[in-house]
Amino acid sequence: MDLSTRYLGFELRHPLIPGASPMGDSLDTVKALEDAGAPMIILRSLFEEQIKGEEMATYRSLEEPANSFAEASDYLPRSTPGLFKLGPDEYLDQIEKVRRAVAIPLVGSLNGVTLGGWLEYARLIEQAGADALELNLYQLATDPGLSGDQIEEQALAVIAEVRKKTTLPLSVKLSPFYSALANFAQRAADAGADALVLFNRLYQPDIDLENLEMIRINLSSSDELNLRLRWVAILFGRVKTNLSVSGGVHLPTDAVKAVMAGADSVQMVSALLRRGPGYLAEMVDGLERWLEEKEYDSLGQMRGSMSLLRCPDPSAYERANYSRMLQSWEA
Amino acid sequence: MPNRTMVTVDGNEAAASVAHRTNEVCIIYPITPSSPMGELCDDWSAMGKENIWGQVPDITEMQSEAGAAGGVHGALQAGALTTTFTASQGLLLMIPNMYKIAGELNGFCMHVTARTLATHALSIFGDHSDVMACRQTGFAMLCSASVQEAHDFALVSQAATLHSRIPFLHFFDGFRTSHEVAKIEQLEDDDLRAMVTDELVAEHRKRALTPDAPKVRGTAQNPDTFFQAREACNPYHNAVPGIVEKVFEQFASLTGRRYGLFDYFGAEDAEDVIVMMGSGTDVAHEAIEVLNESGYKAGLVKVRLFRPFDVRAFLASLPRTVRRIAVLDRTKEPGAAGEPLYLEVVAALRQARRLDRQIADADPMVIGGRYGLASKEFTPAMVKGVYDLLKTDDPIHGFTVGIVDDVTHLSIPFDADFSIDPEDVTQCMFYGLGADGTVGANKNSIKIIGEQTDHYAQGYFVYDSKKSGAMTVSHLRFGPRPIRSAYLVTRADFIACSQFNFLEKFDVLAAAKDGATFLLNAPFDHDKVWDRLPLEIQQTILDKKLKVYVIDAQRVADQTGMGRRTNTIMQTCFFAISGVLPREEAIDRIKQSVEKTYGRKGAEVVRRNFQAVDETLANLRQLDIPQQADSRLRRLSFIQGDAPDFVTRVSAVMMEGKGDDLPVSAFPADGTWPMGTTKYEKRNIALEIPIWDEQICIQCNKCAFVCPHAAIRAKAYSDKDLADAPDTFQSMDYKAKDLRGLKFTIQVAPEDCTGCGLCVAVCPAKNKSEPRRRAINMEPHAEHVARERENYRFFLDLPDIERSLLQRLDVKGTQFLQPLFEYSGACSGCGETPYVKLATQLFGDRALIANATGCSSIYGGNLPTTPYCANDEGRGPAWSNSLFEDNAEFGFGMRLAIDALIQQARYLVKKLAPKLGDRLVGELLEAIGRGDEAGLAEQRGRIAELKRLLEKMDGPEAARLLLIADYLSRKSVWLFGGDGWAYDIGFGGLDHVFSQLRDVNILVLDTEVYSNTGGQASKSTPLGAAAKFAAAGKATNKKDLGLIAMSYGHVYVASVAMGANDNHTAKVFLEAESYPGPSLIIAYSHCIAHGYDMIMGLDQQKRAVESGIWPLYRFDPRLIAQGKPPLQLDSGAAKIAVSDYMRNEARFRMVEKIDPARFRMLAQKAQEHTTRRVSLYKQLSALVLPVEDGAPSAATPAQAN
Repeated sequence: MDLSTRYLGFELRHPLIPGASPMGDSLDTVKALEDAGAPMIILRSLFEEQIKGEEMATYRSLEEPANSFAEASDYLPRSTPGLFKLGPDEYLDQIEKVRRAVAIPLVGSLNGVTLGGWLEYARLIEQAGADALELNLYQLATDPGLSGDQIEEQALAVIAEVRKKTTLPLSVKLSPFYSALANFAQRAADAGADALVLFNRLYQPDIDLENLEMIRINLSSSDELNLRLRWVAILFGRVKTNLSVSGGVHLPTDAVKAVMAGADSVQMVSALLRRGPGYLAEMVDGLERWLEEKEYDSLGQMRGSMSLLRCPDPSAYERANYSRMLQSWEA
Repeated sequence: MPNRTMVTVDGNEAAASVAHRTNEVCIIYPITPSSPMGELCDDWSAMGKENIWGQVPDITEMQSEAGAAGGVHGALQAGALTTTFTASQGLLLMIPNMYKIAGELNGFCMHVTARTLATHALSIFGDHSDVMACRQTGFAMLCSASVQEAHDFALVSQAATLHSRIPFLHFFDGFRTSHEVAKIEQLEDDDLRAMVTDELVAEHRKRALTPDAPKVRGTAQNPDTFFQAREACNPYHNAVPGIVEKVFEQFASLTGRRYGLFDYFGAEDAEDVIVMMGSGTDVAHEAIEVLNESGYKAGLVKVRLFRPFDVRAFLASLPRTVRRIAVLDRTKEPGAAGEPLYLEVVAALRQARRLDRQIADADPMVIGGRYGLASKEFTPAMVKGVYDLLKTDDPIHGFTVGIVDDVTHLSIPFDADFSIDPEDVTQCMFYGLGADGTVGANKNSIKIIGEQTDHYAQGYFVYDSKKSGAMTVSHLRFGPRPIRSAYLVTRADFIACSQFNFLEKFDVLAAAKDGATFLLNAPFDHDKVWDRLPLEIQQTILDKKLKVYVIDAQRVADQTGMGRRTNTIMQTCFFAISGVLPREEAIDRIKQSVEKTYGRKGAEVVRRNFQAVDETLANLRQLDIPQQADSRLRRLSFIQGDAPDFVTRVSAVMMEGKGDDLPVSAFPADGTWPMGTTKYEKRNIALEIPIWDEQICIQCNKCAFVCPHAAIRAKAYSDKDLADAPDTFQSMDYKAKDLRGLKFTIQVAPEDCTGCGLCVAVCPAKNKSEPRRRAINMEPHAEHVARERENYRFFLDLPDIERSLLQRLDVKGTQFLQPLFEYSGACSGCGETPYVKLATQLFGDRALIANATGCSSIYGGNLPTTPYCANDEGRGPAWSNSLFEDNAEFGFGMRLAIDALIQQARYLVKKLAPKLGDRLVGELLEAIGRGDEAGLAEQRGRIAELKRLLEKMDGPEAARLLLIADYLSRKSVWLFGGDGWAYDIGFGGLDHVFSQLRDVNILVLDTEVYSNTGGQASKSTPLGAAAKFAAAGKATNKKDLGLIAMSYGHVYVASVAMGANDNHTAKVFLEAESYPGPSLIIAYSHCIAHGYDMIMGLDQQKRAVESGIWPLYRFDPRLIAQGKPPLQLDSGAAKIAVSDYMRNEARFRMVEKIDPARFRMLAQKAQEHTTRRVSLYKQLSALVLPVEDGAPSAATPAQAN
């Protein structure tokens, strides 16, 4: 069965890609993913904010006690300031190591805060040997003083500037929270994105009622897929970029749905973290079997078949669906 | 002569630089002030830096200096070029091996930062007491007087020892030279190769013990031969002076710097000569230059080679005109006819009759004197005082200079105003706070000036004795000539103060010259600053016509995200104002050094520092000085409220930084010091303090439990006690059943709190409408201090609850007990002190504490003030620190004494029974061991009754019993110390104490690293942690001290972590104390040396326990007899991975950052080890042991003997 697809300029044997996650941190896991048939791998995001926060925290915890007491001018080995690498070095080193360890295309992922950070780290990731770059546009609009337009303009400026700085294929990972996602997607494509990844799994903390604390939920479930399907289906054929579904793909049929909605690639994280790298091979087998059972010629044949442009009931993706559902609801 | 590099380094680096390049093996043990030498060598080797033979020297840290010396001896015998670094007590521990090393004629050079020895008190500071205790070992002793000499003589010693086969002790003054930063000419590798030749090394190698050409050394000799054989070494010792002279000559031809065995400086026809050695010689040299211009004919003999003392060379160094000699010793030998150098000089002059007729005929008068003990300042004024003394008719021998001795009247007067003020030297002082980075910035400025200009530069840094909120004073000089002023700046051209509140307490402008510049960090708009200055400061500014510059450095730091680090901002101001470098160039240099220091640590750190530098100049303003001082503010007194006479007369003077002015009579002769004086030192160092919200409080007392400084407290008291409460005093009904009907208050000590925030972090009660608010919340100090000061005073006067009323001594109950350890100088957020405090709350009124040297002895007893205090009845912990290595034995000895006194008291009670009555006697003897509060109170009542009876009785036995009657109530002996003591240097003694049955309680404050001396690895350091001497991450497991102790079977052993389970901690303390044999508590203590914000300390403790890396357990031998497993594992199955714990701390993270693969490997090993260890403990905790009659068990004190 021909499962091949083209994503970010690379010919992939199938569309199932291990998405941005800590899986890329271990060379063993990376190799296992390659063995399981991963056609490409996306490394976890380099978070500018986290890097800077860690730099400052380490700086303070090491520097503040220093030179305060006659018996000890410092408290940790002195040689290490020369060796102790903070900043993005660790991430970049990892890219280099993964690059040497596997033959498949490698996508570096980046979450910046400042324009300077986006540009600098994009350049470094390219230098370290990544084959493509995923910009993780993760920004919660918490500032009441900042309008949707401003946020979109800033994001587009980042895409455009990074586009100018790098020759790498560029994907942009979006959040679902745009007033006019289709329009924004269009403009992201115009700004230079080669692919759009739908969606970022935003940090959606739960509340711990006992301790009155926020707690984090880590892994996705299939429930999250629908939101992605809907938007990929809407964008398919209407923006010139590749489309990738990320979040909620756990079963071969989830992948089928994503491709039918119009995805060129399907990213998987939670399912692989839960079941191990070998599950990727099972997913590919499952996908292949499904296509064979349903007598598809190739994966390409079904791509976008259930998109807004091609599906039998386009209004299902649009508002009308909502009202009909309400009407059909019987209490 | 090659063009050598000029470098700006301190004395330690200067010496270590040569030692590292000319040795193959370095075996050390950390001790102040020599530790940096070992650390530097370790760092250099870690970075792959090679010695002159292309080999990276092997650096090993041992368990003690005794261990290091043994290692050195072995390495020398087996043929390696070997070195070590030490000082003070450490040097004393090496003495046995030094005899061996010298006796076997080993070429060996050790470098010693001369430091005083602990006598009536410990002191980390410099004098020659330690090296003088080695003069009989057979080592040659060469003394450096400056940073340049420390560098030069390190090489001279190394070469001379290989030439002579006599081991060399190369020493220089601790702190004054070891920690002075100066610009020196660096010796190149070729210089080292020229002096330490391959031939010399080959000779050393040939003497090695090797099975390929076997030899025997270290035999035992008998009366027939030992004496003769001992004399056989004479030719080698005799040859040393000649060899050193030759080496000096060779050195001079290489470098142009010429030294002699004794160097004379001064008038050719001097009649008055001072003989001395060490950094003081530079001071005397400088003074003579000035004195002789004003008519003095003064001379100075600088002693370089003290041992062997070359009499001929010494005599030759004296001017023929000499009439009077004052020998200055920087040590004290009570009872000697004179101090060591004096005796040497007198003996030499006596020999002049044979060797030097001219000097013999001159027959100069000689007196000896002492100066500079424990880094007491030695100044040109004192030098002048000594010459003036020599001119008097009958100068006193055995005099002291630099102090006022109003007891034995040995001190000589001197004119304190005499000072040397070369116009071409700029002198600067910087007052700062440890945490604001002032010292670091100044070290950096000296480097910039020293290495970027033709100027010579000198820096010396003075710290106060506190580990939190410490004041630092940096003394900087720079000028066109090498700087000999080995003393503090007393007349400054430039003074900076980075903490505005210092102005309220200290006379920071006392040293300002007329017309000097004053740079002030003021947290106000510049036009408001003048009005905020205390009157005294305003007046000084006017009187001395000072130029004043102000900057709101904190605002710039806040704007640029620098936190409290105002260092680069103040540094930029200094360069901008002082003009020592062109402004733009100076700024470029600052930025370059920021880049160099922090470049790898992260672009963000660099960016923010750059931004701070750039923002500085726009915010720097020169102040327009009004005509008149008109401030309503006055400098505050150090002591507020009533204080005992001693505190006002002595402690307050010390707090003010004027301890130098106190005369001998101010001090107790035996080192005894009053207790509980920290309470008079209101430091007000917190920016934020915890404020109680009683609406939210659930009365758990956890806040008070974890407070490292006893600065937040709980009381339960009666409603009627509130009668005179201040309006703002907060109070609520006590909620639980046990004390229902009482009132309850949590109160902060606003002026003693250090603002660490642990109390807020641990508070479990959250505001239901706004859960970020808790029952206590950090609020600005300035807004609350006045009100809370009054409230705290009232709170302290509230009666403490009757101890026996407390039903449960859990976390909550213990916090109603008065802490008898308060407001120590420990670090903000310290992880050790809450345990210490808890012990004093529970047992302080009956405790003797033996405290091993280390952090706990420093915050426990570093003057000016003392944190251990007594309760209202006058009872409290009796505390003492003996040494580092002997604490287990020291505490054990206390126990023996108490047991002996109990036995005696018991005997006398029985003896006097007929007169005392059977009831009282029976009850007294019955209740001797009772430690529960009710039992103890009853017994104290009986003792009071006994004393009343005894006072009315005649006879020696009644009198004897009266004296020791208090021993009939329980005494609790505690041994406190850190892991350096318990796991390493003191382990032998500790192990022996385990093996005994005596009732001692051992509290190991385990920070897993030598905290006090700056983070060197101990055997407690966990696998994977980076520490000094384990920079790549420790590759071996932490020693399981608990398991070792358990193996005896009769030792109570527990592992606690208050952040993980505070009630467990309280329970363990009670169990351990009640156990009538040796008890060991190993207490997890988070520490700044772990590299994270201490507010997370308790969370990290929890993670340590949840990961299994720090299991909580109790091994109680009493359970064996009950048929239960003695080991109870009190922490559950692991909930998180060990790496999740590790990743939060820089000590582990830096390993990951340097080498992620190694980190993963170490983390995996740590995980494996943890899993296995917990599994082992789990299995042990299921073991029920057979009980047999007659098995050894812990004895009660009465049974022990």
